[in-house]
Amino acid sequence: MSRSRSLTAWLLLSIVLASVLTLIALPEPLRVLRPFWLALIVIYWTIEAPEHYGIGFAFLLGLLQDVLIGTVLGEHAFRLAIISFIVLRFRSRMRFFPMWQQALAVGALLLNDRIVVLLLRAIAGEFAIDWRYWLAPLVGAALWPWIFLLLDDLRSRGRQRDA
Amino acid sequence: MPVYSAEGAPLFSEGSGGSLRLLAYLAIAAALMAVDLRTGLLHQARAAAGAVVAPLQTIATAPLRVAKAAREATVQRAGLVTENADLRKQLLFAQAKLDRLAIVQEQNNRLRELLDARQKLGLKAQLVELIDVDLDPYRHRILINQGSMHGVFVGEAVIDAKGLVGQVLDVEQEHATVILLSDPSHAVPVRVQRTGLRVIAYGSGDPARVELPHVPFSADIKVGDLLVTSGIGGRFPPGLPVAIVYEVQTDNSATFAVAEARPLAGISNAAELLLVSDEALALSPLPAPDSEFVGPPEGLGAGAPVEESP
Repeated sequence: MSRSRSLTAWLLLSIVLASVLTLIALPEPLRVLRPFWLALIVIYWTIEAPEHYGIGFAFLLGLLQDVLIGTVLGEHAFRLAIISFIVLRFRSRMRFFPMWQQALAVGALLLNDRIVVLLLRAIAGEFAIDWRYWLAPLVGAALWPWIFLLLDDLRSRGRQRDA
Repeated sequence: MPVYSAEGAPLFSEGSGGSLRLLAYLAIAAALMAVDLRTGLLHQARAAAGAVVAPLQTIATAPLRVAKAAREATVQRAGLVTENADLRKQLLFAQAKLDRLAIVQEQNNRLRELLDARQKLGLKAQLVELIDVDLDPYRHRILINQGSMHGVFVGEAVIDAKGLVGQVLDVEQEHATVILLSDPSHAVPVRVQRTGLRVIAYGSGDPARVELPHVPFSADIKVGDLLVTSGIGGRFPPGLPVAIVYEVQTDNSATFAVAEARPLAGISNAAELLLVSDEALALSPLPAPDSEFVGPPEGLGAGAPVEESP
């Protein structure tokens, strides 16, 4: 009981942190490099606790992000649902990947997400990008090992304290 | 979920994945997007949810505010002195310019009276600040700190000290979204100041460039021409500077010229902005008492709506 409560606390904390990191102002050249933080969070929790956090969870987080940064309602929900689905499919494999391989997989997921955005926005209206558009997934992949280790460490500490 | 159990059933709880679920969620998301794009039905829900996420936005802007305060507290006295001197000089220049404008304005009014022309409507202006949160860099939107309760309305023109920035796209209670003129779906009717030629400036997706496609080949447009809003369409007050032409070439079919222009406003780095609108448009929404009314520069001291300069 208390274990799942501390899990929820970490989950909420990670969501708030990801939201803040999404919104926080960066200097102009770095803006395009901002990774899709919420996706990283979704990937982590889907790998770690798929029995609680499935596609529905990703969908709701996506709606939150839509309201947060004012995109068309449903856009991030759509993207995160796809990410969550793919992670669920490959979870059993991804879990036991060495870290570098896991980071590559995350990079591929984020790259796929970029393509999805491109399609969605092309349908909704005009959307102009440049080559830097494709850099953000690389940043996301490079950050993945650190995020994974950090969240894992925090979570296991919380568990020890409960025990 | 048959697909799912083929993958390794014991590891997974029942029904937390699966193509059908995915499809269902994607369908809901697609429906939401269509409704949100095509109708205003979700506006209320969005505004309500906006109030919920407002604390997150406050948290996100906190580090920047702290940094700014720290910088202000520790900045060197010498720096302040030079900055002050600079500002004084600028103010002096601006004042001299304004004095001259006031004379022209007065002259203009007199001539209008002589011609018995319809009096031009005044310009309402309102100072707003940018909320320092980053929206997607590829979306050309910014957030400002005033909303419907301050009298902001959809379609209001947004300018900075140098020129047009964009227009208000979406208004919530305490803040509003502005679409920048660099957005590919944005267009503004402009006039070449030198010749009076009317064209439309489209956003290019690049903050440093707007495009003027389909300029008649015979039209007189040159590098260095200033583009100002023409006021056609009634959305933007006429005469606001927009961009300077820096390239003119023929398009592929060689029947039209294509011009490119650089926006005058600091589109991606403005901190303080003015919302301006013709008074006729602004009459309906009543401004809240705490909203700050300023004119284009000459009204800053007077604090009252002022006549538009010709």
